[in-house]
This record gives sequence, C-alpha cells and structure tokens, in this order.
Amino acid sequence: MSGKPRLTYINGRGRMESIRWLLAAAGVEFEEIFLQTREQLLKLGQDGSLLFHQLPLVEIDGMKLVQCRAILSYIAGKYNLYGKDLKERALIDMYVEGISDLMQLILMFPFSPPEAKEKKIATIAEKATERYFPVFEKVLKQHGQDFLVGNRFSWADVQLMEAILAVEEKVPSVLSGFPQLQAFKTKMSNMPTIKKFLQPGSPRKPPPDENYVATVMKIFKLD
Amino acid sequence: MSGKPVLHYPNTRGRMESVRWLLAAAGVEFEERFLEKKEDLQKLKSDGSLLFQQVPMVEIDGMKLVQTRAILNYIAGKYNLYGKDLKERALIDMYVEGLADLFELIMYHEFKPANEKEKDLANIMDKATNRYLPVFEKVLKDHGHDFLVGNKLSKADVSLLENILWLEELKPDALAKFPLLQSFKARMSNIPNIKKFLQPGSAKKPLIQEKDIPNVIAIFH
Repeated sequence: MSGKPRLTYINGRGRMESIRWLLAAAGVEFEEIFLQTREQLLKLGQDGSLLFHQLPLVEIDGMKLVQCRAILSYIAGKYNLYGKDLKERALIDMYVEGISDLMQLILMFPFSPPEAKEKKIATIAEKATERYFPVFEKVLKQHGQDFLVGNRFSWADVQLMEAILAVEEKVPSVLSGFPQLQAFKTKMSNMPTIKKFLQPGSPRKPPPDENYVATVMKIFKLD
Repeated sequence: MSGKPVLHYPNTRGRMESVRWLLAAAGVEFEERFLEKKEDLQKLKSDGSLLFQQVPMVEIDGMKLVQTRAILNYIAGKYNLYGKDLKERALIDMYVEGLADLFELIMYHEFKPANEKEKDLANIMDKATNRYLPVFEKVLKDHGHDFLVGNKLSKADVSLLENILWLEELKPDALAKFPLLQSFKARMSNIPNIKKFLQPGSAKKPLIQEKDIPNVIAIFH
C-alpha cells in the first residue's frame, strides 16, 4: 500500500497513455498492473472494481476511477494543471477535447486493415495540419506565451505534446509548417518531468505493434 | 445582446440536446440559432466562430465554446451542478462519461438504415440493461439519496434522466427491472425547471423524423 496511484491496463499505450503522460508531467510516481489474459479482466469485473466493466482503471486517493476523461480531469484538478478559474478550465477543456478527437484516429489506427492504413495516415496528416495544429499555432502566436492557457503549464500543454509526438511517429514532417509548435515541442521536451518521461526506462509505452493489437483483441474481445 | 447564451446547431437533438437539458435544469434561458442548410454552417466556419470547424457552439460569457464536454463542464461549474469538491467531481465525471458512451449508441439509432434498426435497438437495450442502468440503480440503492452524488442535483442526474427518457421513447418498458430508476425519473421530472422543460413549447427537441434526416445530414456533409 504505497499511496501511489495504481494503473491497471494492458502493457501498451491505448487509452491509458494520456494518463501516464499527465501523471508523469505532474511529477507523480505511479504503479502499473498489466493484464495479460481475458480472465483477469473478467475477474476485475466480478470484484466490482470496474464500474462499467471497462479499462482503464486508476486507483487513486481511495477511489477506483474509470473513464479516461474522469481520471484525467481528477489528476489535472488535483495537481493544478486545470487553470485558475472556470473560464481557463473551459479553454483547457476545449483544447483537450479537440486534440482528443485527433488522438482517436491514432488510437484506432493499429486496428485498421493493412490495405486501409495508407489512407488512414493521410487522414491523420490532413486533420492534424488543417484542423487541429493550425488552432494551436495561432493560439501560441497570438499570446506569445510558452503555454497554451493562462501563461501556466496545464493539461492542455501535456495533451498537445503527446499528440504532436504521436502524429510525428506516423507523419515525420508534420510540424514543418508550424514554427510555434516546433518551439513549443522543444520547450516541453526540456521541462524536467517531461524530459524524464521521454527517456528510456520511463513508464512511456512504445508505439503499438502487432503484439499490442493481438493482446487488445484477446483481452477486450473486440470482434 | 440579451446576455443569454446562444446555441448554434441544427433544429434537432444531436449533440446539442445535452446542453439544452443542462441549461434548462439550471433554470437558464437561452436563444437558439438553427442551422438549416450547409451554407449556414459554412458561414460560421468562415466567420472564425468555430474553433475546430464544428458545432455544437455556444456563445456564453463572451466566449464561443465548442466541444460538447467543454460546454457542459462550464455550465455545470458555473451553475453549481458539479459537486462540492474534486472527489465529487470525479464521481460525476465517471457517471457522465459512462452515460455518454450509451448516448453515442442512442443518438445514432434514428440514422441507422431500416434493415439494421431492430438489431441496433437490441444492442442498445442490451448495453443499457446489462451495463449502464444497473450501475445507477445500485448507486441509488447504496446511499438511498434522491440524487446520484453528494445528495444534491448535478449534471450526472440530468444526464441520467435525459438518457432514461430517450431509452423509454425507443422501448417503453426500458426501466421495467429498475424500480429505483423509476422513482428517480418521477422525482426528477417534478423538479420545477425540469418539469417546465418537459412541457410542450419548451426548447426540448422531439425525436428526429425520417423525413428530416436527409436535410440534417446535408448540413454536415
């Protein structure tokens, strides 16, 4: 009973990765349990640990939290990464929700059939460069500050950083038209907690591979 | 410039209905600008009014808010429908996010082709009666309070009522196995702001009719 948050998921990014990012960015150490069989998932469901019989699950401060956004909002609130008032929170929520729509494409990508993959990458590139990245390029240009909201590090910055790196894995030149975002990425990379998370041996998980896809299909029984 | 929030969306439930529900439950009057054709959406985009080129969009307190969750969170925070502390907020968020998963299925049901509708409804009812409704029946049973969280009305209660009523429109006996949800529904429906919203002539939208579906789809594509 270490008092550290405990994350239960499979050993891969999936829907838990944003939570790992946010905890790491907040400088919070955590433990992880990796499920390897469907039976383990079903057992958690029977224990009553999973409110809607789904993962991710994060045990934190005596609660068994499920649903990514609920978990992320709690962490953001607890570690002062959610702005200073309701209006800043609204901005952060808007930015995070927009980025999350982009991340959804990345999340689903490994599960698309091989013949559809090239088209999916093109869609990711298009959405990133035409809908989402221009918004944040403009935000940073207009206020000239280091962080997206309120001149202060927040959940929105962490989520944008995660998204930039995830898209770059698929589309390496994606930031070529976005000088503000390039500078943002450099600044974020040099923040001590994020720098540590980006180093080998951190809880950051590698990009999904076939093994990850097979594990997800097996454990979550996605037909 | 009335000071009232202004909602921008087609004249249908879709992703704006939760916002209408929450504002109504909070007793907040609002105005609506209905998108009727593609050009209306295009104009909002070229005006720079839509951060990610999408609706819903709500003008409120000098902001042009987009993204349904951001809008709902702001309203809940402003009108004290978000619990008293971080832990209550986490519970409310968990419940609302679970219901949002169910809502995704419900919202798209009317748009399914005729030959898929029966199977889709069976899937919705299966998820509702086996995964989602039992959770809330148990929450109410365990604490015996009128509301889901902290013995006080929150956005979780509003979301649950909204989903329950929509489920019953699709299948009238949806709550047959859930006595506490039945009494929850009755209690909530009698709260003055909600009672008003449930009456004819309110901003609450009807189920979309088949003849209107092509028009709504045309606005977005």
